[in-house]
Amino acid sequence: MNKFEPVIGLEIHIHLSTESKIFCSCSTKFGNSPNSLTCPICLGLPGVLPVLNKKAFHYAIKSSLALNCQVSESITFDRKNYYYPDLPKNYQISQYGTPVGRNGFLKIKNRSSNPVKINRVHMEEDAGKLIHDQNGKISFVDLNRTGIPLIEIVTEPDIYSPDEAYDFLQELKITILYLEIADCNMEEGSLRCDANISLRKAGDKKLGTKIELKNMNTFKGIRQALEYEIQRQTILLEEGEKVTHQTRLWDPLKQKTTSMRSKEDIHDYRYFPDPDLLTYEISNKMRNKFKDELPELPMAKRERFKKDYFLSEYDADLLVRDKFIASYFEETLKFHINPKAVCNFLTSDMVGVAHEKKIKLSNIKLTPKNCGKILNLVKEGLISIKTAKELLFDLLNYDIDPEKYIEEKNLKQMNETSEIKNVIETACKENSQAVTDYKNGKNSALKFLVGQVMRLTKGTANPAMVNKLLNEKLNKEEGK
Amino acid sequence: MDLTRLTAFQLRDLISSGKITAKETTKAYLDKITVTDKNINAYVFIDPEKTLKKATELDKKGNLNLKLAGLPIAIKDNICVKDEPTTCSSNILSGFKPPYDATVIELLEKNGAILLGKTNMDEFAFGSSCETSCYGVTKNPYDATRVPGGSSGGSAAAVGSEEALWALGSDTGGSIRQPASLCNVVGLKPTYGRVSRYGLIAFASSLDQIGPLTRDVKDAALLLEVLSGFDPKDSTSSEETVPEFSKKLTHEIKGIKIGVPEEYFSEGIDSKIKERIEFILGQLKKEGAKVERMNLPHTEYAISCYYIIAPSEASSNLARYDGVQYGLRVADNQLLKNVKNPMIRMYLATRSAGFGAEAKRRMLLGTYSLSSGYYEAYYLRAAKVRTLIKNDFQEAFKKYDCIISPTTPAAAFRIGEKTDPLQMYLSDIFTIPANLAGIPAISVSAGTTQNNLPIGIQIMADFFQEQKMLNTAYLIEKLQK
Repeated sequence: MNKFEPVIGLEIHIHLSTESKIFCSCSTKFGNSPNSLTCPICLGLPGVLPVLNKKAFHYAIKSSLALNCQVSESITFDRKNYYYPDLPKNYQISQYGTPVGRNGFLKIKNRSSNPVKINRVHMEEDAGKLIHDQNGKISFVDLNRTGIPLIEIVTEPDIYSPDEAYDFLQELKITILYLEIADCNMEEGSLRCDANISLRKAGDKKLGTKIELKNMNTFKGIRQALEYEIQRQTILLEEGEKVTHQTRLWDPLKQKTTSMRSKEDIHDYRYFPDPDLLTYEISNKMRNKFKDELPELPMAKRERFKKDYFLSEYDADLLVRDKFIASYFEETLKFHINPKAVCNFLTSDMVGVAHEKKIKLSNIKLTPKNCGKILNLVKEGLISIKTAKELLFDLLNYDIDPEKYIEEKNLKQMNETSEIKNVIETACKENSQAVTDYKNGKNSALKFLVGQVMRLTKGTANPAMVNKLLNEKLNKEEGK
Repeated sequence: MDLTRLTAFQLRDLISSGKITAKETTKAYLDKITVTDKNINAYVFIDPEKTLKKATELDKKGNLNLKLAGLPIAIKDNICVKDEPTTCSSNILSGFKPPYDATVIELLEKNGAILLGKTNMDEFAFGSSCETSCYGVTKNPYDATRVPGGSSGGSAAAVGSEEALWALGSDTGGSIRQPASLCNVVGLKPTYGRVSRYGLIAFASSLDQIGPLTRDVKDAALLLEVLSGFDPKDSTSSEETVPEFSKKLTHEIKGIKIGVPEEYFSEGIDSKIKERIEFILGQLKKEGAKVERMNLPHTEYAISCYYIIAPSEASSNLARYDGVQYGLRVADNQLLKNVKNPMIRMYLATRSAGFGAEAKRRMLLGTYSLSSGYYEAYYLRAAKVRTLIKNDFQEAFKKYDCIISPTTPAAAFRIGEKTDPLQMYLSDIFTIPANLAGIPAISVSAGTTQNNLPIGIQIMADFFQEQKMLNTAYLIEKLQK
């Protein structure tokens, strides 16, 4: 029985995928040579002024709406003052008093009636990066990332297990991806997450002492770090010791957290309204426009897919995880009637082939109509499911009618008994040793002969028929 | 003909009609600087060769009909000029050359102006005397033992001593008007948002405005119309249309209503200044203006309000001078032996060496005002008081076209005389309210004191009503001749 209950809150930073930075026109591209994507404004040179990127502003409103937040009627920016060499102005333009969104929520798996509460969604500029010399003596500053627009999403302490934290992050990421406002790529740092965790006696109302966790680079890492902290704090509490408020870093190699700074070092950020920026109104009209433009979000889509297409939770989740696959699925259903067949074909076969061919799903040229036709050919027995997969491989990057394609390439399934019998004759003649082996009781020889028939027909022979006919032939001969 | 005695309009006519060249004009000023700036110390940086080359190019290839064609201008050292030293008269920016031009510099050059050089100022515009400059004090052209005022003291002294035809300054709490008054020139602070701040090194962003210091009101009107206008690079700049101030200028003010706030004539004001202002008000009445005593009840809180808001913004604006990217870097100093982190040592050593005492005082004041636990009592309270001061003016301008007051409570003081910072801060007592309210204000000559030191009269107007203000100033100027 668990004596202690964890209470978790998350802070997620997401890069908005605008072309240019939040307060200047520099590119937001990842991976360019250090300081090549900078200008006097993002370098924070004396005398420069910020001008808000309207697209970033709009993206922040969209994300707030998607997370069911109350959207502020007007917003301002505040300066968060602290010194660090990756922050060239030594203040970060952020939002303190009037975030874009407040009091939202997000439904997650197993908590659809008790969604996770979201405290706020606000905009801010990202800082640069420090690169440390190997001997630790010199540090270099790369300001390419400085000024990339971020939204920060802060949840309430309303998550009660590492698994829930993981599920929340998955759902949040998919939701944001559906809005097409961010890449959410943790490897490139375009999604970053810190966690706060405290333990309290099961049943207590009052929160325990909070620990801030940083440096988790994957969702899995976040779950592991939380699990580790629960263990560590449980031991402390069981031994009657106190948990002290501090920031701890997750070490993914050692699989443990270590103390980074204690409460005494916590900054006074001296927030105050940034006088270089205006108050930006968010009119009802604007809010409604963005609300109307919101796509169907993953949670709703999943429910609809389960209900409308009789799919399992698992299948619905597989489809909905990728917005492109989800819509491709529904498009394909206009041409092929069986949802489960389409679902399997897309989530296992098509995803696999695209991965193998290193094609981005959203770039494939095979139309849902042609995809539906392939499945129809299988259903009508004109091609085997194996051929269907081969078609996927051949046609993924082309807009070619699969019916014509199988005619041209002679890929139609061989269903004629006489035709198959002829090929079986040839195969047996060419492989008399195998026939002998089979007759001498070596059952695996049958499999070999089936393979030879398939080879001779270039895989078009109906495999069930080949099996049946070959069996008949060999056993008949034996019976003679 | 001594070219340095002419106004911009007079010079412009001579240049555009081909009677004189831009090069001759520029040369006249450069020669004047060579002769007199040893004593005045108005300039902190000049490059005569480059300047003359620009003027020569303009004579050869340029359009001499541009609004400012061939007219040399001095620039306060806190306005960025591409590849030229721009230091805010502070050691912390020693060696800094911006890789870009301020919007006002682009506008000047687009209109054919010739940049003469950078002028001295109080460090980061923190001061009213030019005494806090790392380049030493600038002398008042009327008495070399006295200050020129500040922070745009270099610009005011350059114009006052005829080392410049005109100049750009910046005004956060009176930094254009106060030195203009002390150096007997015209100084104008535009409506907040009228002139782009892009490229003006920030002191207090919600108060700073660039503006002209000139020989006369007409020149100020001309320069203002060139500098004004919306700039997409400055979110706080206004889209309000810009009139051709200089063309619309008139001496006819019959029927205008002038408010004279009692609060600006309190004790502590020089009796001669009071007398001169009263005299001018009498003149205006005779010209048909309605002059009325009135009240701006929150005036007494302006200085305290300003000394919370301006240092708060400054503490944040000046945080960037840390030795990392540009300007001065000092790796270490002896006092920091106990500081373990070498990065923190660099920050502390750089900022200790780079900033003067007044800059440090203001940053400390501001940091304190913004700190957790004090923010509500200081910054937030001051922001509320600021609204009250603004409201005073908004109410007043429902009734009056202009509000007139002295520019300063006293004429130029002696160098080294004001050792108490609070005494220094009081120099701006009449100029600060316009910055807090964001309204335009101008200072023009109101005569002299007994010992022949210049006195200024300040005219304030409602948002974007610079024309009314200029017209009144234009008449006052005429009446004093």
